[in-house]
Amino acid sequence: MKEASPSKAYALHLGVIVLLFALSFVLPEYHHGLLARIMVLAVFAMGYNLLFGYVGLLSLGHAMFFSAGLYGAGLAVIHLGWSVPAAFAAGLACGALLALVIGLLALRTSGVAFMIVTMMFAQVFYLVILYLAAWTGGDQGLVVPQSARVLVLGDTSLGLTNPTVRYMSALVLFSIVLLVTLGIVRSRYGRVLVAIRENEERTKMLGYDIFSNKLAAVVVSGTICAASGAAYALLFGYVGSTFASVQYSILPLLWVLLGGAATTLGPLIGTLFMYYVVDVTSGYTSAYLLIVGIALILLVLFFPRGILGTIRQRWLGWLP
Amino acid sequence: MMPLLTTKGLSRNFGGLRAVDGVDFALMPGEIRAVIGPNGAGKTTFVSLISGRIQPSSGMIVFDGADITNLPAYARVRLGIAYTFQITSVFANLTAYDNVALPVQRTLTDGRSKGAVHAGVMAALERTGLADRAHMPAGQLSYGHQRLLEVAMGLALKPRLLILDEPTQGLADSEIDNFIGLVREIAKSATVLLIEHNMPVVMQLADRITVFNAGKILAEGTPEQVRANAQVQDAYLGTTP
Ligand SMILES: Nc1ncnc2c1ncn2[C@@H]1O[C@H](COP(=O)(O)OP(=O)(O)OP(=O)(O)O)[C@@H](O)[C@H]1O
Ligand SMILES: [Mg+2]
Repeated sequence: MKEASPSKAYALHLGVIVLLFALSFVLPEYHHGLLARIMVLAVFAMGYNLLFGYVGLLSLGHAMFFSAGLYGAGLAVIHLGWSVPAAFAAGLACGALLALVIGLLALRTSGVAFMIVTMMFAQVFYLVILYLAAWTGGDQGLVVPQSARVLVLGDTSLGLTNPTVRYMSALVLFSIVLLVTLGIVRSRYGRVLVAIRENEERTKMLGYDIFSNKLAAVVVSGTICAASGAAYALLFGYVGSTFASVQYSILPLLWVLLGGAATTLGPLIGTLFMYYVVDVTSGYTSAYLLIVGIALILLVLFFPRGILGTIRQRWLGWLP
Repeated sequence: MMPLLTTKGLSRNFGGLRAVDGVDFALMPGEIRAVIGPNGAGKTTFVSLISGRIQPSSGMIVFDGADITNLPAYARVRLGIAYTFQITSVFANLTAYDNVALPVQRTLTDGRSKGAVHAGVMAALERTGLADRAHMPAGQLSYGHQRLLEVAMGLALKPRLLILDEPTQGLADSEIDNFIGLVREIAKSATVLLIEHNMPVVMQLADRITVFNAGKILAEGTPEQVRANAQVQDAYLGTTP
């Protein structure tokens, strides 16, 4: 939050984007596909981080925003035959609207009550998806047909099933959200969000309307998570109720804690790290979840600020 | 002249305790008013009611001709009522700069330029003598400097009414002298309501003094009148003024 070195921060973020771009040409097929998926899910983590890391609001229901985007986009393609951009926009709109409603209700509480209320709403959302099986495919989920997953830009049409197109689409979304997040946290609004996290009472007495600032943060956070969900449906072609389950509310929390809450690049690093720990350990043992669990406990014990949070604390104070 | 602030029958109960008990109070624009009284007299509760941090049990608050009794605290701040906390309440993990940037950026209605925030922040830090500590985390400042940072944050709100709750508590004597000068300067552009235990500071600064005791106003007047008031001496000042 220091004024100094804005150019350093922007250079670092652009560097990360360039690196991810370059990796597309050198990575073997398997890792190429995995990284595309990680970038999309890192967007989910970035949306979560905005609310959890910067405003200090711990939600246990963000799976509903991810799946609002997932189903909003997926069902628009499957049932309404919408084009890819229109379906993506539908996913965003669903997420934004849901976040607005949930924010208006859940922000009446705080602390543990906020955690429980968001979890309950997400559970209701999950059950509604199962209940509306005729449209959502219930617990089986639905496949978004390959033929519909084509992005038409002028004369060219890009099949989103093509690995390179998929990777680049994921990268574009990731880059936009990364730079938007960076812009927000460095802005005056970002300063207010951190102030609310640090001392809500004092922030109020400086003339800030806490409720509307928090509400705006919930909507932005929910919309970013919905963007991730919508991209997931369109790029990977599957819409399923697992993504609305409580597991997917806890995952972004873990990714963010791991990478470093309230750091702009932490969500990417956390998601990347977790995916690869699971990937590597599951190659050696079927008890890989145990190893993942132990790794998490060790991290939380020795690096409570997460990977980037620790780096920022010890060496690079200027990291945003 | 119309008072800037008036309260009518303002009361606040905590359980059975009447912390503020039917207070009728008026404050003229431009004055420096000191509020004194023994510990637990209800001074902090009284100004908390004015700032909107706590809700009254009954009574009414009028600011600049408008009834603000039901206005939320943040809206009162926007009207120009700034409150500095008796118990230091700065953003410990943020730099002194960011602490002051928060009120500065809120009062800037024109332009979105970074330059305006920076200029406003540095001006407030310079007035309180904290400019060279701008990039220290507020939590690492000495206690006295944290008190001054509170004042800087209040100043940065460009208030019409600045409420200071025991601002000199914990300041060294040399710092107190600077502080007196600072309040005089603030008073050129704002009305000041000052809760203060340090009697020399009160006597030097106050145009008028209001004495609280057991939730009620016991006496009010110029420093000389209050000093001469026998009741006040009993309740608060001791027998030898
Ligand atoms: N939130 C609260 N809950 C219960 N009682 C309270 C609360 N706040 C204040 N009181 C009580 O109200 C009375 C007035 O307290 P207040 O803090 O207003 O006094 P004060 O004049 O500011 O005292 P001091 O000079 O010690 O700051 C005290 O008896 C106090 O214990
Ligand atoms: Mg007090």
